[in-house]
Amino acid sequence: MHRFANPGRFLRLSNVILPWIAVLAAGLIAVGLYLALFVSPADYQQGESVRIMYVHVPSAWMAMFIYTVIAAASASSLIWRHPLADLVAKASSPIGACFTFLALVTGSLWGKPMWGTWWVWDARLTSVLVLFFLYLGHMALMGAFDSATRGARAAAILALVGFVNVPIIKFSVEWWSTLHQPASVLRLDGPSIHPSMLWPLLAMGLGFKLYYLALMLVRVKSELIAARLNARAATAAQLS
Amino acid sequence: MSGFLGLLTRDLRLALRRRADASLAVLFFVLSAALFPFGVGPEANLLARMAPGVIWVTALLAVLLSLERLFLADYEDGSLELMVLAPQPLELTVLAKALAHWLTTGLPLIAAAPLLALLYNMDPAGLPMLILAMALGTPSLSLIGAIGAALTLGARRGGVLIPLLVLPLNIPILIFGVAALDAALGGLNPRPHIMFLGALFLGSLVLAPIAGAAALRQAME
Repeated sequence: MHRFANPGRFLRLSNVILPWIAVLAAGLIAVGLYLALFVSPADYQQGESVRIMYVHVPSAWMAMFIYTVIAAASASSLIWRHPLADLVAKASSPIGACFTFLALVTGSLWGKPMWGTWWVWDARLTSVLVLFFLYLGHMALMGAFDSATRGARAAAILALVGFVNVPIIKFSVEWWSTLHQPASVLRLDGPSIHPSMLWPLLAMGLGFKLYYLALMLVRVKSELIAARLNARAATAAQLS
Repeated sequence: MSGFLGLLTRDLRLALRRRADASLAVLFFVLSAALFPFGVGPEANLLARMAPGVIWVTALLAVLLSLERLFLADYEDGSLELMVLAPQPLELTVLAKALAHWLTTGLPLIAAAPLLALLYNMDPAGLPMLILAMALGTPSLSLIGAIGAALTLGARRGGVLIPLLVLPLNIPILIFGVAALDAALGGLNPRPHIMFLGALFLGSLVLAPIAGAAALRQAME
């Protein structure tokens, strides 16, 4: 990882791979959406509204995945002072918050026809809501200091503390069996979902992941460029 | 260990000298809980049903209210810098500060909780469980709060930030605290909920000083 600590090398590398990732993400999401909306069958009980799943489930995966990325980046920032880790955490946080929000909203839209209610205080829903608040706290703490390093350091500690919530979300449906159904894709005995629905779901999941990666690279790049501009302005101010 | 005790007695003595500050949290606790009957009406059965939730939520908010001054005074007058430089492990310092905070905030809340239970017409049979659950839960609130208080040192609008950071982490304590009391009042076994509260306490007892010390170190850099 430390090979990419050099911002110049990182910029060159990301410039090369970014178009590929972006095109691949767009392609996968397009294929996934086509499969999800036109090819995959309607559910025998839920009818057409099952198609919400193809956005809801990948968003929820991303919500947890991005928080895990932030926690890992925070750990490497605190332990090794990796210069790019703070930027990755900073760039990821709003994206993760958006995916969490998307998972909550699509879940709510799906819950209304299926469960008959927009919201229940079920363990899974509550813990995802907590995750959303953790994202908001992370972003707020990061921006609350005059020095960006200070904010990044404080937010990194918060991200590590908040990471306890991620396993709680993952296992909430098994520990408290309430309205939200248990996992049907990531299980030890293999997916319990029919291939005609599994493939569009996996395409969407991978597409979302690549989309996040592309967006994160763009945001990290712009942070690096902004830092460079600031440094240049500071030296120019010193010289004049 | 002598540093731990010294810091603890110092904080307690400071709190004792400024009794008004320390009693604010309890006053807030009783006052805000007394607002609910005005909001939902004074029907005795409804209030008795609401009592566990209202007592826990207002206790949580009262603890939150007092968190800002946990490290802030020491940060502003510079004594926190000396504590960071002291040979004593910083984790112990955080633990001493959190313990002092609990003794000056959590303990009075526990003492005031039966009064609220009385006002809310709660079944007196639930009182021992209320005390036990709060005795296990409020130290975790102080410990987790210490992380938030340490993280926001030197931040703009630190006082508004603390609730945003600390409340999500406090939700499990609220859930199991209310569940234990509800179980006891409903004639169910409260033991699993109490065990969870104990586990949360032990977990935060270990993790919060480490995270708090890390937060203090970066605040002092």
